Amino acid sequence: MYPELGQLALILALLLAVLLSVVPLAGSLTGRDNLQAFARPLASGQFVFVGLAFAVLTHAFVTDDFSVAYVANNSNSMLPWYFKFSAVWGGHEGSLLLWILMLSGWTLAVAIFSRRLPSVMISQVLSVLGMVSVGFLLFIVITSNPFDRLLPNVPADGADLNPLLQDLGLIIHPPMLYMGYVGFAVAFAFAIAALINGRLDAAWARWSRPWTTVAWAFLSLGIALGSWWAYYELGWGGWWFWDPVENASLLPWLSGTALMHSLAVTEKRGVFKSWTVLLAIVTFSLSLLGTFLVRSGVLTSVHAFASDPERGTFLLALLAFTVIASLALYAFRAPVVHVRSRYGSLSREVFLLLNNVLLVSATLLVAVGTLYPLVLDYLDMGKLSIGEPFFNLTFSPLALATAMLMGAGIFSRWKKTDGGWLGRKLLWPLAVSVVVSSAVVIGYGGFKPWAFLGVFAAVWVTVATLWDLWDKSSSRKGRIHGLKRQSRSYYGMVLGHLGLAITMAGATVVSNYGIERDVRMVPGDVATVGDYQFVFKDIGARNGANFTAQYGSFDVMLDGERVSELHPEKRQYSVGMSVMTEADIDAGLFRDIFVAIGERISDDAWAIRLQYKPLVRWLWLGALFMAAGGFLAIADRRYRIRERADEKESTGTSDTDAPPARPAGAVS
Amino acid sequence: MKRFLLFLPLLVAVVIGVVLFAGIGKDPTKLESALVGKPVPEFRLRDLHNPDAMLDQSLFRGEVTLLNVWGTWCPACRDEHDDLMWLAEEKGVAIIGLNYKDNREDALVWLDRLGDPYRKTIYDPKGTLGFDLGVYGAPETFVIDADGVVRYRHVGVINETVWEQTLLPVINDVRGNG
Amino acid sequence: MIRIAFMALVVLLAGPAIAQVADVYEFDSRAQEQRYQNLIAELRCPKCQNQNIADSNAPISKDMRAEVYRMMKDGASNEAIVEALVARFGEFVRYKPEFDSRTFLLWATPALAVLGGLLVVTVVVVRSRRDGPDAPALSKEEKARVDEMLAGGDQDRPS
Repeated sequence: MYPELGQLALILALLLAVLLSVVPLAGSLTGRDNLQAFARPLASGQFVFVGLAFAVLTHAFVTDDFSVAYVANNSNSMLPWYFKFSAVWGGHEGSLLLWILMLSGWTLAVAIFSRRLPSVMISQVLSVLGMVSVGFLLFIVITSNPFDRLLPNVPADGADLNPLLQDLGLIIHPPMLYMGYVGFAVAFAFAIAALINGRLDAAWARWSRPWTTVAWAFLSLGIALGSWWAYYELGWGGWWFWDPVENASLLPWLSGTALMHSLAVTEKRGVFKSWTVLLAIVTFSLSLLGTFLVRSGVLTSVHAFASDPERGTFLLALLAFTVIASLALYAFRAPVVHVRSRYGSLSREVFLLLNNVLLVSATLLVAVGTLYPLVLDYLDMGKLSIGEPFFNLTFSPLALATAMLMGAGIFSRWKKTDGGWLGRKLLWPLAVSVVVSSAVVIGYGGFKPWAFLGVFAAVWVTVATLWDLWDKSSSRKGRIHGLKRQSRSYYGMVLGHLGLAITMAGATVVSNYGIERDVRMVPGDVATVGDYQFVFKDIGARNGANFTAQYGSFDVMLDGERVSELHPEKRQYSVGMSVMTEADIDAGLFRDIFVAIGERISDDAWAIRLQYKPLVRWLWLGALFMAAGGFLAIADRRYRIRERADEKESTGTSDTDAPPARPAGAVS
Repeated sequence: MKRFLLFLPLLVAVVIGVVLFAGIGKDPTKLESALVGKPVPEFRLRDLHNPDAMLDQSLFRGEVTLLNVWGTWCPACRDEHDDLMWLAEEKGVAIIGLNYKDNREDALVWLDRLGDPYRKTIYDPKGTLGFDLGVYGAPETFVIDADGVVRYRHVGVINETVWEQTLLPVINDVRGNG
Repeated sequence: MIRIAFMALVVLLAGPAIAQVADVYEFDSRAQEQRYQNLIAELRCPKCQNQNIADSNAPISKDMRAEVYRMMKDGASNEAIVEALVARFGEFVRYKPEFDSRTFLLWATPALAVLGGLLVVTVVVVRSRRDGPDAPALSKEEKARVDEMLAGGDQDRPS
């Protein structure tokens, strides 16, 4: 297959994207149905051609076509086939193509799953998505063509994929992450469409919500996968470094979480509309900012792709145009008319508003911390570094405050919550949290204030969430009936909040009670970490598919009994001669034990890194819960419209009306 | 008032855009020296050519000098060496060499083969003076005034452009102010 | 163009550096070892692409770690050790920026944001109280528009 076909496919996709941006939009503004009808076919066509380009590139990798420069730079004939496949997105051009593939995929999904939406709305949403596609397709076609050839001097073999990327993590982390990043384009498109046609109401919020939730779920998974991958792959046992690129993924997540909650209020109560629209624009803008930061070389990061001023400028122009145009549209068209609505100071509306305050403050904090060195440098005020100590110190209080708010807020009701009633409700969570936190903290090795607070907050959220579930599932027909009666949306929220509590507990415990030691060991030595003894048995050699390795054997003992045998490696890859440490980890639900081999200090002595990481897996387990909650929420009955219509006919009720027996705040 | 508030996000975005644009193309690895305005740190190290002779910070008093940090292990140092010879011979610039984390024999062979642009060369095998100067990667060149105070540090190779546009203005500035 | 491509290649291949333990120090106590680990995690390698000196393999990181260890053994306080390195390599190596006029805005951001947000929430709640059940549901103008709409047919039907 000729790679040029791929290039052609991209150009065709670009043409279709241009049509998609213009035709349905024109149709919606002039009321011409026949033009609007082009939206869906154009979206499908765009997806087909982008998919074709992606397939051509994949084919080039899998068949070792080193005449394609991008393949030659990122692959090698000795690479295992599954890494050849994932090497497609191992570099700048290919990952950009993946981005565009995701975008056309989401565009197609919106086209398919919105039959019930008014044609004007859907035309405009798809047109906006088309505009975003145009920008990125222009970028890839003009500056970052993955199909550039190295003719006539085709290299005999490729330069190999960076060994760090030769890992399961590469196969899943970028796709999940991009699904999230790109998914927020849909909420963005809905927001822009609403600003264009002026229809900014509860219906708009209801349509936007599932798309936002599922993008958020994917982004949560993507970030968690990145953290997990860094943990076992990089050899230092860290799971978050507050690196600019990591922050770039956290920013849309924080903002997206605020957006999800704000949409809930707008859908249910019709208020905060301007604010929600702004959040939708800002969240996607942050996604774009992240894309720019990673590829422009403006900030130093271990994650950054190759930087090139020409590409950086183009991308910035694209980003600037998108953001400035959207915010200008917002400034001119967002409603200023104040919606009259009354809500008490402890109402759900206020709790969710406070939630937004904290999340947006966190977003601001991370954004300022990431961009501040740039600003200072611009003002010639010196080069400053802002890293982990700063972020940990400033972010933790916000996270704790958010958790405390979550626990209290879950009991809140729309319009009005009685203060005394709420206070009494919170007594049990308070008591249980104090007791459990004290026990946990002492059990792990002694009282530390931050540890106590973190665990307290996690338990507080858990107890409150489960208590609320208990309350809501009480029914005359029995507990099971009560549980079944709750909506999937509600269970989604329960899972999501529990997920956050689990992540917080994991982060708190591993940060405060984890132990790390760097020791010099010769075969036969025993080292102690916490309650564990590590016995260095021996070290030998072994061969892998495209590397040779020093293969160590360690026994891990607890109370005299062997709990695990670990085999960390130091690999030298045949192509490129780079050396990599592969740590071996004994993973457990409640603790990880971690051994990595460092440098050879002398003929038989090695520097060994040993780590004990309590509850570290909870970090990612929590994220799984959160994502599961998101996916569950969008399976809620009210998004399956046909079923709802049927139900309406047969029972004469609608599920959005709460039955009188249930408290007013039940459906989230 | 409300409408004005709605323009704030736009304003913020424009400001961030300007800052980001200014950042493109800048090299984030070039750091300014923390020693600018401070005297050269105290040291007592051997002369590369004369192992019995000790050199110390008084070496830098009397005239404006360049202190060039180099090593035979550093490919970029090889690149800039011819330019250093040009500076020393054609331009009459006083350059003091700091042989950083290197082997004496290798260094002597290197200078013998390629030419010696340095008035004197300090032998710093352990890199202690380099560390005190805040050297983090060769080649680096410091501009030191007649009182032995560090006035500027250039990270990276020296070539004609760097000389004309960066170092010469600094030296003139330093000489002008005495 | 070739040079850019080559540099791009080098950067791509260089990629994130793996943390490899390269030097091992002896400590008198677990607390001292922990203190050392915390210190080297807070200092930045001046040469690397955003790594602390604990995880970096660069020679300069090794030298900095050695200096941290030496000063710790000599009894220097954490502040003194960090200051000593900052005096040589600049503020850049400090991952936790000093609180001064330059960084005031940075450190104040969370407090300012939260306070600002709370202010907004207060205004919102107070304003909603004003629109309480005592206030009419629709103003006169709004009522007139509603009457007009009801009389003239619905123009907002989606197409």
